Amino acid sequence: MIDVRIQSESFDSAALLAALELVGVGAIASFTGFVRSDDGVTAIELEHYPAMTEASLRAVATEAQSRWNLSGAVIVHRIGKMAVGEPVVFVAAASAHRAEALAACAFLIDRLKIDAPFWKKEYRGELAHWVEAKASDDARAADWD
Amino acid sequence: MPLQIVYFARVREAVGIDGEQVEVEACNNIADLIDRLAAQSELYAAAFSDRSKLRFALDQKMVRADAMLDDAKELAIFPPVTGG
Repeated sequence: MIDVRIQSESFDSAALLAALELVGVGAIASFTGFVRSDDGVTAIELEHYPAMTEASLRAVATEAQSRWNLSGAVIVHRIGKMAVGEPVVFVAAASAHRAEALAACAFLIDRLKIDAPFWKKEYRGELAHWVEAKASDDARAADWD
Repeated sequence: MPLQIVYFARVREAVGIDGEQVEVEACNNIADLIDRLAAQSELYAAAFSDRSKLRFALDQKMVRADAMLDDAKELAIFPPVTGG
């Protein structure tokens, strides 16, 4: 089961996990990312490439399924403007055993960070600036090559 | 042949438009096209000044600047991605 969603609305990670539990497995690992208040950040805005985003997320989930024996892989990524403390991204992997679920979960978020066409803008009140990509994200993703 | 260019994020703001259609030769690669666009105005020259900060997708697949345009329909030009 692969479930990929791109949405402006917030999401309930507990509900997403409950849906994954219905797949019937021994282990589920998940990661949820939230908007941080770094250096006075008040909100962020996510832009994306609509014609490409879903296919790129689906490719990441499909790759995870081909590497590990997963019964489910879920990716939910929000777009638009969101305030500090709101959830931005959710990934989860379900498998028979913890090692595969944990590894696949880390792979989903690491690969998403460099493969999916999203761009993040930070707001500090009225001031806006684009977030620079981090070399450490490339390095983490390259660890899976 | 016609090629639809789409811009995102910082690049979109720098060129001031979401996208445009240009005529290209199939034998060109992306870097050649960027050179041509950068030469047409100071606005484009500034938007494309740091080539190390440009990434590309041809028909929604990430590619490098040396990728040939061939018969691609859409070229996306954007900064390194920062999702998640």
